[in-house]
Amino acid sequence: MAEFRGYRRENGSIGIRNHVAILPTSVTASALAERIATEAGEGARATPHQMGVQQLEPARKQTERVLVGTGRNPNVGAALVVELGTESIDAEAIADQISESGKPVETLSIRDSGGTTPAIKSGKKQVAALLDAVKTTRREKADASELIFAVECGGSDATSGIAANPAVGNACDRVVESGGTACFSETPEFIGAEHILADRCTDERTKAKLLERVEERENLAHLMGVDFRGAQPSPGNQEGGLTTIEEKSLGAISKGGTTSVRDIVEYAEPLPKGSGLVLMDTPGYDVESVVGKVAGGAQVVAFTTGRGSTTGNPIAPVIKVTGNPLTWKRMSNNMDINASTVIDGESLATVGEQIYETLLAVADGQRTGSERRRLEEFAINEIQPQQLDDSRRYAR
Amino acid sequence: MKGRIIDDVALIMTERDTVATALTDLDDGKHIRTDEGSITLQEAIPFGHKFAIQRMEADSRVQKYGEVIGTASDTIRVGEWVHTHNCESTRGRGDVSKSAVATQSKGVDPE
Repeated sequence: MAEFRGYRRENGSIGIRNHVAILPTSVTASALAERIATEAGEGARATPHQMGVQQLEPARKQTERVLVGTGRNPNVGAALVVELGTESIDAEAIADQISESGKPVETLSIRDSGGTTPAIKSGKKQVAALLDAVKTTRREKADASELIFAVECGGSDATSGIAANPAVGNACDRVVESGGTACFSETPEFIGAEHILADRCTDERTKAKLLERVEERENLAHLMGVDFRGAQPSPGNQEGGLTTIEEKSLGAISKGGTTSVRDIVEYAEPLPKGSGLVLMDTPGYDVESVVGKVAGGAQVVAFTTGRGSTTGNPIAPVIKVTGNPLTWKRMSNNMDINASTVIDGESLATVGEQIYETLLAVADGQRTGSERRRLEEFAINEIQPQQLDDSRRYAR
Repeated sequence: MKGRIIDDVALIMTERDTVATALTDLDDGKHIRTDEGSITLQEAIPFGHKFAIQRMEADSRVQKYGEVIGTASDTIRVGEWVHTHNCESTRGRGDVSKSAVATQSKGVDPE
């Protein structure tokens, strides 16, 4: 049995990092959350984002799901929820939901503190106490079946579909075989390959939901009277040899491996552990997509790139895998795994095993390139309710 | 890697494919040996880009991964570069279907 050493949380989940998360409830508290994290030092991680103080209900619910899910992620040992004080999202309610997982959670209101200077002072004090509290947790033995492994791609080119994605897919198969959960997302990048995924669904409900979600995403293009060309594939994808969304999708889905699709969950919805391959319905924007899966509980992410993406995440380590030999050479500082050896004849199984071994080492505490460089992009997907409503109508 | 490498320089992913992917930058006029004979490139093909391994008439399917990746918008000869100038997506095309969708949805009760 493959094992690693992680941080056991009170609810039984296992973290591979021991962060104190500083979660702003809106953009107005985001700069301050970042400031507190920087001043509090190593171990504190802020999740600044762009969402406003008032959001329409579906958008607000999704933001709440992301904040609660991020706070509940097992890599988080304790959390501070920060608000300006005017947000429609209630910081206390978010804190309560996070603390159900048994971890210490505090709240901070900038207005009630008397402005930013006293708020930073109080926030630093709160985070220092939370850092002290999480320090008492020690790494202990855990099983690979307790891992939720998220996979993502960004800055794709032709090497993604022939080398990096199938190699990461091989690692996904190994996670599933070990009894864990693997998850990939980015619904627009199922377009043209959805029939293959549909055939792999274990039940009719999952199959119907998957096809419905793909149709909704495609109908957004119809709704706006535009076509995907130009944006999907992006100009960079096209320069890298990808001609159509179908070609991009057929390459993209190989990063999920070859096992059955057990379910498709909503953006930032909890990903069940020990569940095999599960999809998440997210946009194609990679930062928002990673954030959705980490809010769903993924402890670790593998991110494939052909052209060279550098993005990370504040809560989950991101393992960068490239299949492009030039990107490996030029951007080796930002890359963790060279999958371009596949093009030279190395087997997908060999590189897949290397990715799986790296995944276990990272779970054990080994830091990734994006962690060492503190690349911690965070963005929440904003629902445009009118658009969604209309796209569903067209879908009928 | 899945597929069959031809002449050490290009990859045919499945036997149903109509295109091969260049595994290195390939020069215009290069002869590539295949099991069936040889292909002469009609233009330079950059690394990762595709060229036709069989003739495709306009409106016929372009296949890679053994699947349809688009439609030929013109006749594509063997050895020609296959990309956005001669291969079109058939999906997410709001530009061509907007009026059709608008007509269909007219009078439809949103409930």
